[in-house]
Amino acid sequence: MLIPHPLLGLRDAQEFTCLGDAALLNRPDGLADPQALTDYVYLRDNPAGVHRELWFHEQGDRSWLVVTRNTLTHEILGAELARDVALRAKGAK
Amino acid sequence: MRYSAFRVLKEALTGHKGWRPLWRNPEPKPAYDYVIVGGGGHGLATAYYLARTFKQARIAVLEKGWLGSGNIGRNTTIIRSNYLLPGNEPFYEFSMKLWEGLEQAFNFNAMVSQRGILNLCHTDAQRDAYRRRGNAMLLAGADAELLDTEGVRAMYPFLNFDHARFPIKGGLLQRRAGTARHDGVAWGYARGADLAGVDLIQNCEVTGFRIENGRLRGVETSRGYIGAGKVGVAVAGSTSRVMAQAGMRLPIESHVLQAFVSEGLKPTIDGVITFGAGHFYVSQSDKGGLVFGGDIDGYNSYAQRGNLPVIEDVAEGGMALMPMIGRARLLRIWGGIMDMSMDGSPIIDRTPVAGLYLNAGWCYGGFKATPASGYAFAHLLATDTPHDTARAYRLDRFARGYVIDEKGMGAQPNLH
Repeated sequence: MLIPHPLLGLRDAQEFTCLGDAALLNRPDGLADPQALTDYVYLRDNPAGVHRELWFHEQGDRSWLVVTRNTLTHEILGAELARDVALRAKGAK
Repeated sequence: MRYSAFRVLKEALTGHKGWRPLWRNPEPKPAYDYVIVGGGGHGLATAYYLARTFKQARIAVLEKGWLGSGNIGRNTTIIRSNYLLPGNEPFYEFSMKLWEGLEQAFNFNAMVSQRGILNLCHTDAQRDAYRRRGNAMLLAGADAELLDTEGVRAMYPFLNFDHARFPIKGGLLQRRAGTARHDGVAWGYARGADLAGVDLIQNCEVTGFRIENGRLRGVETSRGYIGAGKVGVAVAGSTSRVMAQAGMRLPIESHVLQAFVSEGLKPTIDGVITFGAGHFYVSQSDKGGLVFGGDIDGYNSYAQRGNLPVIEDVAEGGMALMPMIGRARLLRIWGGIMDMSMDGSPIIDRTPVAGLYLNAGWCYGGFKATPASGYAFAHLLATDTPHDTARAYRLDRFARGYVIDEKGMGAQPNLH
């Protein structure tokens, strides 16, 4: 699999490690709502089809990406810096 | 029809005209007391024990494809009970004991072969950890033996003992472990369940659950609505998809795990060997092929096929452990979808929906657990109480902090 890194172009997926669902970017306040934190840590949507997920460019520039990928076909539909995604979410609030 | 040596002889002398299909192919009835979703190893075993051991009736197994078309047909056939933690080891040892009497119990040749499994260790620390695990196994009534380097050399002289980075310091041997014919297990359970009156309904996909006031009434399927008293879901990699229809999110990710078989070779490996310094394990099938596997690919997948980096990783592990297999060619590579739970241990429990029960989260280890998983799930369905050996496999253990983290890797399914 090749991941279209927004800064470095196409990179082999072997250079990355996958953490999982990109929803992990939105960590709830565990002191305000312990149940929400439990759900955040343990529960996953685990969809069959398009999935947005966090990949870490460990053997590269050590950036975090949000990669959009189809879990049924392994087709990679796009990638952007997780930082940009997080800042956008912050700005939207 | 019972199978026996006499029967084989009789059929041989009469032109093999007496063999019959192993199970009926019934139309679904409007309602059942028990509906098992998933006609794989665990689902079929559940139906078998529900009918045979717990004497329940009006049972159906719904399978979206054909029986045994999931991970029971895609594994590396290893059976063992070499676990450490108290929540796990008694359960897997119970499974091992069921394996030992399985073929006589369901009168089918599952080719259970107790050829032993050897976990190699490569450092002093790893040997200490294996000693501890061996003691935990003995305490749970399993068998375990700690071998030193010479003990391993006597069994498998061809291993790479003097590897510069990973010299072999010894190994943990479980002699009662071994392999079984994976399809034979599915067919044996299916035939046994069918003979006990269970309806095995193939090409019948569950498309939804009918839930009224928090209680399950039945399942919507591709072959119409089927009413049900209790529904047990055992669908491995599809667990999240199926349970989402009941409005549940689960501590499970689906990942692809690959397995490999080489061309047929002369008999050389008579047991199961696992590499302690990388993820590689190998056994030799009765046809001569080396059957081996390694890690999951590490990203969510429903594709039933993996990618090349893991193949390379597994091949490197194999070459580090036994350089002699370098010239063997791969015949087949395949992938199965694992229901990776957040702590690496399974779930056999009730759900918040009354009448809906879940059996999932088997990670790498579903095949060896097949008999005990079926037995414990049938116990839960029939009596509404967990089986003694499966008490720890609760769905709410994550929220309560009672995770069973055999590998100490936390809530990271892609590491388990």
